[in-house]
Amino acid sequence: MEKSRRDFLKIGGICALGLSSLDVADAFAKKRVTEFLTNPKAGTAKRWAMAIDVKKCWNEGNEGCTECILACDLAHNIPDIPVKRQEVKWIWNEKYENAFPGQEESMEPKEVKDKPFMVLCNHCLHAPCVRVCPTQATFKDPDGITMMDFHRCIGCRYCMAACPYGARSFNWRDPRPYVKKINPDFPTRDRGVVEKCDFCVERLAIGKIPACVEACKSKALIFGDLDDPESELRKALASRFSIQRKPELGTMPGVYYLI
Amino acid sequence: MLERALTGSDKYKRLLGGLLILMGLGFAAYLTQWEHGLMITGMGRDVSWGFYIAQFTFLVGVAASAVMVVLPYYVHDVKVFGKITILGEFLAIASVIMCLLFIMADLGKPMRVLNVLLYPTPNSILFWDMVVLNGYLLLNVFIGWNVLEAERKGTHYPKWVKPLIYLSIPWAVSIHTVTAFLICGLPGREFWLTAIMAARFLASAFCSGPALLILLALIVKKYTKFDPGMEAINKLLTVVTYAMLISVFFVILEFFSAFYSNIPSHMETLKYMFFGLDGKHALVPFMWLFVILAIAGVALLMHPNVRKNENLLIAACCCVFFSMYLDKGVGLIVGGFVPNMFGQVHEYMPTIPELMIAIGIWATGFFILSVLYKIAVSVKEEVGA
Repeated sequence: MEKSRRDFLKIGGICALGLSSLDVADAFAKKRVTEFLTNPKAGTAKRWAMAIDVKKCWNEGNEGCTECILACDLAHNIPDIPVKRQEVKWIWNEKYENAFPGQEESMEPKEVKDKPFMVLCNHCLHAPCVRVCPTQATFKDPDGITMMDFHRCIGCRYCMAACPYGARSFNWRDPRPYVKKINPDFPTRDRGVVEKCDFCVERLAIGKIPACVEACKSKALIFGDLDDPESELRKALASRFSIQRKPELGTMPGVYYLI
Repeated sequence: MLERALTGSDKYKRLLGGLLILMGLGFAAYLTQWEHGLMITGMGRDVSWGFYIAQFTFLVGVAASAVMVVLPYYVHDVKVFGKITILGEFLAIASVIMCLLFIMADLGKPMRVLNVLLYPTPNSILFWDMVVLNGYLLLNVFIGWNVLEAERKGTHYPKWVKPLIYLSIPWAVSIHTVTAFLICGLPGREFWLTAIMAARFLASAFCSGPALLILLALIVKKYTKFDPGMEAINKLLTVVTYAMLISVFFVILEFFSAFYSNIPSHMETLKYMFFGLDGKHALVPFMWLFVILAIAGVALLMHPNVRKNENLLIAACCCVFFSMYLDKGVGLIVGGFVPNMFGQVHEYMPTIPELMIAIGIWATGFFILSVLYKIAVSVKEEVGA
């Protein structure tokens, strides 16, 4: 009697395991289907990218100008966390030696050493964060934007270890109490998930340009299609010398700095 | 066989009681983390993995080391390992469970962990780590249990177990290789970006794991009627000795490449860990303790009396285990994040709740280990092995 009960349980267990693995097989077989209509006004590109004209940023803006950062914070409900190591940042400024570590040689003009360089997600063509994410919570969209699904992210922070640009922020605490003014057009986040710049994909979808680009009064941020030779971005890159952050890593960053 | 875990001496019950208290404290600390999120830890945007992932990395090694008794016993028919093999397999089970718990503790959204199965992502090493760790756990549960049950009945274990045993050997190597691949394929983290990372992981695993196993075998021998046998321990000690020498050699290799090439990004983390960088030196005492223990461990292992004098043996194993723990469970993971991607030094220090959660998980592992060892020892005592 005991023997058969054990066998029954064993067989039952194996069956349960087999049935539960069906979902995994389904997930493997799943195809992505677009089930929504795109806004006819939506901006389209093969690969969205950005060039930052640092001369314009320094010379035409006011000293200590942070218009682009403020616009981004407002557009994306970015919390103002008081603890430095738990900060959430999408676009911010760093010194040359920090934005381009390993490239500094100490003889740069004083201006280069002291002035700010805006840093944000590079929306890499070969994004290490996308490569390592175990749930595809971070992924490339067809327009070249490295996207984040806040609702799928399990908070393992593997992407943060993999991003060579320190562009990713984790919600170490509930961010909502620290959002000054909530913008109802963009979701707030829950604690425990990673977030970063999304090139304002939600604004592009309704035909607007990214909030930071719009906010920059000195027009130092140039946004456009990297694959379109006629785009303003490509023309700027063709006419001025530009550098990128850590190009040697093969990530093919999508943010250029016009020097 | 499980019922054997329910009865036992007062000492056994006190041990379990003590571990239960630590588990309770750890669980209480975890409840605060559940309530407030990972803000209660010392991690941040610069050092985004800390003590949990470091413990995980170290324990994967301990789990993998079971292969050092399984391989000689089942493949080369080294009979003296017959008694100790089950101890190795059960140590692997307890270690893998600790690994999985540390991963769970580290997740920002633990309730979403099944997304890893729902959206399987073969290009993510973490996905593969999930596969190999759970597979290894199942393998060891099936193998250990069936072999032990057969021994109790005085029969040979079922035939279908044998292929699983053979499978478990490369599988043990895979769990630590995949865990090394987690960190050694990331652009921009030069300290981790070294081709010998997996080899280094395996070498340190094959000395720290068997060293712990020797210590456990000595404890079992002292407190029960079951004697795993000095011959097996001595053989295992040979494994520990060679693996330890290779581990130390690998660390020297890392230093050579970094400092002879004189490439700043390759030197900076080592400088931070061993000498301090930008006036920050939280890891320095731990890393030098690692050096001292490693040297002491090698010296003791080389001592001609280590096989005759049990105190020397214990000291040698402790040195090996704790030096490798400091290397992998303290320095390696945190070091990889310093300096950060901006070349700045931001230090990490675990918080009290973080340490309590870690202790709770260690206690859980040792609780499981105690129960499993109690079962194994009872069976062994019964059949008079």
